[in-house]
Parts: sequence; structure tokens; C-alpha cells
Amino acid sequence: MNPLLTVKNMCAGYGQGHVIQDINMEIMEGSVTALLGSNGAGKTTTLRALTRMINMSGELHFGGQRIDTLVTEEIVRLGVAHVPDGRGTFTGLTTEENLRLGAYSRHDKSSQQQDLEKMYGYFPKLRERKLQQAGTLSGGEQQMLAIARALMLRPRLLLLDEPSFGLAPLIVQEIFDIMRTINQLEKVTILLVEQNAAMALNLADHAYLLETGHLVKSAAADVMKQDESIRRSYLGA
Amino acid sequence: MIVETFLHQIMAGIATGGIYASLALALVMIYQSTHHINFAQGEIAMFATYLAWSLINAGVSYWLAFFATLVLSFLLGALIQRIIIKPVERAPVLNVVVVFIGLLVILNSLAGWIFSYTIKPFPSPFPKEPPFGWSIISSHELGSIGVTLVLLILLFLFFRFTTLGLAMRAAAQNPDSSRLVGIRVGRMLALGWGLAAMIGSIAGMMIAPVVFLEPNMMSGVLLYAFAAALVGGIDSPFGAVLGGFIVGILENVLGAYLIGTELKLSVALVLIVSVLTFKPAGLFGKNIVTRV
Repeated sequence: MNPLLTVKNMCAGYGQGHVIQDINMEIMEGSVTALLGSNGAGKTTTLRALTRMINMSGELHFGGQRIDTLVTEEIVRLGVAHVPDGRGTFTGLTTEENLRLGAYSRHDKSSQQQDLEKMYGYFPKLRERKLQQAGTLSGGEQQMLAIARALMLRPRLLLLDEPSFGLAPLIVQEIFDIMRTINQLEKVTILLVEQNAAMALNLADHAYLLETGHLVKSAAADVMKQDESIRRSYLGA
Repeated sequence: MIVETFLHQIMAGIATGGIYASLALALVMIYQSTHHINFAQGEIAMFATYLAWSLINAGVSYWLAFFATLVLSFLLGALIQRIIIKPVERAPVLNVVVVFIGLLVILNSLAGWIFSYTIKPFPSPFPKEPPFGWSIISSHELGSIGVTLVLLILLFLFFRFTTLGLAMRAAAQNPDSSRLVGIRVGRMLALGWGLAAMIGSIAGMMIAPVVFLEPNMMSGVLLYAFAAALVGGIDSPFGAVLGGFIVGILENVLGAYLIGTELKLSVALVLIVSVLTFKPAGLFGKNIVTRV
């Protein structure tokens, strides 16, 4: 497998200080990678730095191309979809308008309708709500909408920021099942940020552990699951 | 005869109301994307009208000058956003207000300096004699109602059915998420300013034959437009349009029958104060429902 995204010596933060330091990662093409860590470890900051939503230093290579010199819009156009912290719903627009916006930067507009149908296939609830103002959707529905909106880009890499946040266990399970399908059927590479380490490790091939802004562990997900300190601190076992 | 004068007042109200509606719409567009009231919106319209006047004076036909002015004012609006507004995008609200007022004063004096403060007649593209021999409405009134309606319909279609219109609405609402779907938010803002200036220029060219062309011609109109935007709800384009017509009709009818033309402008002020006191969200200002 080849790395789709390579991160070298990445530092980032807000204002003067650095929240994350010296991050080195390789996200393999076609894999699911989990980025684990407790509250405040810098997981969201890492994702934001990857799509240049905040200032960062270091090198980012995506599909062989240097992307740390690009702005967010340009990185997205290369096929990096980012489901942000808080879901980023366009609350005043309808569900369907949200989805159409997901395909905004794609060149092949003709297949948009087809993809829309596909998303309604994955998430039937969104079809029922398609003309409804997106802000009125439930938390779970909005998370589904955020993932579907990201997929409308037909991304090569999908960055997901805590898809389980604030959702009932059944809905979390449903969303994780769909992510597995997306990874296997659509061949979308996924980088997943999660506090729910057990769920994330079940889905992931590889995992990184972030502690106070530093990557402290990198291992295959199965190895990570067996690791004694991980089990104690993050899996509650 | 009494019915006829009354109808005439209503019609005249609808005609000027359409102009207030356009300018109010321009205000709402800027408000939605920046949460600021562009106090210079009227002066941009006035300046654009002077550009049209210069073209017509240079021998260009009315409609050619009209469309050329639309293009020029679009560029003027977009340039103002890029050069003057962009640097203060993240500044505190009072700084922005000062910039807007500065812009108002600069455009006003610039127009006076270039074109002089002498009041000038501005031509109407519509015939002098009333349409079809009707007595309740003049051709210019009917024409400007028509122009306003076409403008409103085109804008509605643009924002509702085109991808660019959708992207502009998205960028106004949620800039971060817009970047994450690949929308160039800065460009959308400039485009919004351009469109707002263009809409304002139409209002300017339609009102100029009525109030005559001079650097202060939009000050009253801007007040009515504020009132219109507030009555309808400052974040609702539909409300702003309806508010425009309401204010136009009220102004004319009250001016003719109740308070006299000298006090007409106070209708706008009374409306502004009462809306802000009793129903700050306006008629259609909606609270967007969000779940957290």
C-alpha cells in the first residue's frame, strides 16, 4: 500500500502557541486510520491543520502533491473531504441543498443526481427530510447529512471529526457500519478522530495516539487494542 | 375623483416602494453575509446614477447607459469589498460602522467634486404621457414597477435555482463549512457586494427622475430603505421587498391625507423606531432553528 497522505513535522495552533507539535503520520491508501486521544489532546486541531483551516507549519503530501502551500478550498478540490467538529451543517438551507453543496467543487456535474440517490440509499432518513431546513434535523440526522455531504465530493480521503459525538449508541453503530461500507465499496480512505476508542479501533486498520499535542503511539489497530496502557486509559477495561 | 386620487397615491406608493424594496434588498444581502448595515449603500447607488448620467450626456442611448451602469456598479461594489471592506472583515463592529460612514462621506463629496452640487434632471426611459390614457399612474411609475419586478424575479431565480446562487447563500451563512466544500468565500463576498451595488444602481436610476440628480438624492431613499428592511426583517430578503412596498404605500398615503408631504420622511423614522421597539425581528425576520 502507498501512503495517500504524508504528514511531516506538522505544528499548529491558535494565535501564538502550538497545540500540536511535530506530528508525523502516514495515511495508507484505502485504509481506515484512527486518531485517538482524550479531550484537549489536539485531535480536532490536527484535522483542522490538515485542511489548512488554521495556520500550520510542516509538510503535507497528498497523492504525491505538496498541499501545505494551498488554501482550504484548493485542498478540498483535490479530493479531501472534512466533516468538521460540530458537523458544519448549513442550518438555514434544506437537506438537499446541503448535499448539492457537497458536490460544488466537482467537475462532473452530470452524475450529481445519481450520487444524491446513492446518499439517500445509504441514509434513507435524509430522503424523508430532503426539503426540510437542515437546522431542524436531529443530531444523528445532521451527522449523517455531514457525512453524506462530504461523500458528495467523491473524495479520495475523508476526514471525520468525532462522528459519534453526542449520539445514541444505536445511531453510532449505524454510522460506523456505513463508514465501513464506504471504505470498502467506494474505496475511500478514512482518517477518523474519536474519543470512542473501542468503536474506532474496531473499524480501523491503523491507529495513532495523541497525548497533549504529541503523537505517542502508532500501531496496527489490533495491536493497539491489546496494549495494556491503551486498555486502561481509553478502553475502560 | 376622490377614489381616483387615492388609487393614484397607492400606485405612486407601489412605484417608489419598489425602489425602496430594491435598496432594502441590497442592504439585506450585505447584512446576511457580514452582519453589518452598509450605510454607504445609498451613496454607491447615487454615484452609479452619476455614471449613467455621464454616459447619457456623452450621447449614449438610455438603455445602453443603463446596462453599462449595471456592469460598472457591479465592479465598483466588488472593488469596494476587496479594497476597503476586506481589511476590516474581522474588526470590531464600530470600526466597520466608521468605515461605512467614511465611505458614505467620501462618495458623497467625490460626486459633488466631480459632478458639482447643482441639481440635474435625470431622464426617464418611459414616455411622458400616461400609459393607455390611464390617469391613476404615470408611465415612469408603471415602468419602474416593471423594472423592479423583473429585477426581483431574476434575483429570486438566481438565488433559488443556480449553483452560484446556492454557493453565495452558503458562504453568507457558514463561511467555514463553505470552504470545506470548496467554495471560494472571499470571491462570493465580493460577488455579493457587486450584486448589491448593482441592485442599488437600478434603484438610483429609477428614483433619479423623481427626486432629481444631486449628491444627496439618496439620503431620504436610504432612510425609507432602512425602514423597509427593518419592517420586513433585516435578515429576510422576502421581508425586505414586502417592507419596501409597505413603506412606499404608507409614505404616499399618509403624506397625501394625514401629515402632508413635508413630514413624509418622519414616517420612515417612526417606522424604524416602532419596529425596533415592538418587534425587533420585523415581520419575517426568522429565528433559524438550530439543535445543539
